[in-house]
Amino acid sequence: MTGIWRGVNYAVLVAITFILLFPLLYALSGSLMSAHELSSYPTPLLPAHPQLQSFADVMKAIPLAREYLNSALVAALITTGQLLTATLSAYAFAFLRMPYRNALFAVFLATMMIPWEAIIIPNYLFMADNGLINTYPALVLPFLAAGFGTFLLRQFFLGFPRDLYEAALVDGCSHLRFLWSILVPLSRPALAALGIWAFLSAWNQYFWPLLVTKTEEMQTLQIGISRLRDVEAATAPNFILAGTVLALVPTLVLIYLGQRHIVRGLTAGAVRG
Amino acid sequence: MAFAFLVPSLLLFAFFTFWPLLRSVYLSFHGSDIIGRPTLFVGTRQYEQLLSSPTFRDVLVNTALFTALTVIPSLAIGLLIAILLQQRIAGIGLFRTLMATPFAFSVATASVVFAIFFNPGVGVFNGFLYFFHLPPVGWLTDPSKALASVALASVWLQLGYNVLVLSAGLQAIPDEVYEAARLDGARAPAMTWHITLPLLTPTLFFLLVVTTIISLQSFGQIHILTRGGPAGATTTLVYSIYVNAFAFGNSNFGYASAQALVLFAIVLAVTAIQFGVLERRVFYR
Repeated sequence: MTGIWRGVNYAVLVAITFILLFPLLYALSGSLMSAHELSSYPTPLLPAHPQLQSFADVMKAIPLAREYLNSALVAALITTGQLLTATLSAYAFAFLRMPYRNALFAVFLATMMIPWEAIIIPNYLFMADNGLINTYPALVLPFLAAGFGTFLLRQFFLGFPRDLYEAALVDGCSHLRFLWSILVPLSRPALAALGIWAFLSAWNQYFWPLLVTKTEEMQTLQIGISRLRDVEAATAPNFILAGTVLALVPTLVLIYLGQRHIVRGLTAGAVRG
Repeated sequence: MAFAFLVPSLLLFAFFTFWPLLRSVYLSFHGSDIIGRPTLFVGTRQYEQLLSSPTFRDVLVNTALFTALTVIPSLAIGLLIAILLQQRIAGIGLFRTLMATPFAFSVATASVVFAIFFNPGVGVFNGFLYFFHLPPVGWLTDPSKALASVALASVWLQLGYNVLVLSAGLQAIPDEVYEAARLDGARAPAMTWHITLPLLTPTLFFLLVVTTIISLQSFGQIHILTRGGPAGATTTLVYSIYVNAFAFGNSNFGYASAQALVLFAIVLAVTAIQFGVLERRVFYR
């Protein structure tokens, strides 16, 4: 490639990266501006006098720390739950003999074909009938099992050396002991993929927490952020952007540092061989 | 013994997936009483109402349009970017990492930022038009533009995921294939067309199905950006379910459940097509 084409090539890559990053850069830059600066025309690309006032303001407008905690707790519980239930069921499907194994696995796969939005009404009524609206159990319970997670881990477990498994059992190792001390430590990449995937989807949920939370104290961060527009008119977007930046911190860390694992999870069904 | 390992998952699925699905069917044959409890048996009336309702026909059209406007651009642009990212040049790893950024955004955070972009007065998009002396656009307020605007935000949100998946698909194509073509004198564009794309079809097809299903399920961007308006222009199937069941104290759970089952049927059909084609692919190999 000649020098000019190499330059054009990099220019194209930089331009595309800039467009894809623009909402994030805008949010970062805008959160450091004053309301006046952000709504002036033409809007400067970078803040002339970076200030953290917007972050203080957004903490005052909504119970942001509490909402952060809610989101973190809910996402952590869902992630732990999915890792536990999926590890157990994937172990059974990969290693154990049982009647109707294929039919049962088909049941797990079938759960992936039922869109959550199609069963959200009965789930809401269930929570309402049992007095669980506006509680943590309502936010967590429906998502503790995962057909996708079972599928992902089973694929990984099937690649585990069968001899090692049989040797361990012959030596008197119990199923749970084998699972916990041998299989889990050796399956860290697959567990990381499932864990990151589960955490991201739980942290980013919108429809369900919108339905089952009624007070600001029980809201998750995503609901709190989206309600900021009602709290303050769009004349002060700097403080909405400050809230958005705070909500993005955990997921940005996961995306930038855990990308390898995420790709493994994303493509479990896509790329074979 | 083996069943014990499955019990936690099976119980959860029974409670929160399969029983609700059955209850959706039950609900779709019932109407709400005066205090909003779905107790009155009405037979197939909800479905008859759906079929004869011009509003519901518009909802289906909106859903189809929104899906097409989201899926096709996010696949096409995603593919172009993923091909560019295949180059073996210095710094490509950094570009690849950064281009996954939209994937870190949730529907809520992306919609909140795009709501500011779409703002008619201070928004970036109209600022851009103003710079080129073009008339401003009512991105979210003009009924003929709103659906495309919501789709634009969704395409951006979807691109991070699509680029990641397509890049992984491209990397799975063995080097020897390209090497052999190069020895036979093939040039880069020909290789993209005759080698990369055919070998990428399984990934493209998987992504087509997944993004279609994701688009069909979209809710947050519509709820945050337009509330289904203006004049119902952005009311899709899932948003319509929300409005009938939960908004304005409607509590019309029966009618909303009938729509939920329509959604289920559509998603099932899309998934069935995937399995049908995958089966054929396995057969050919």
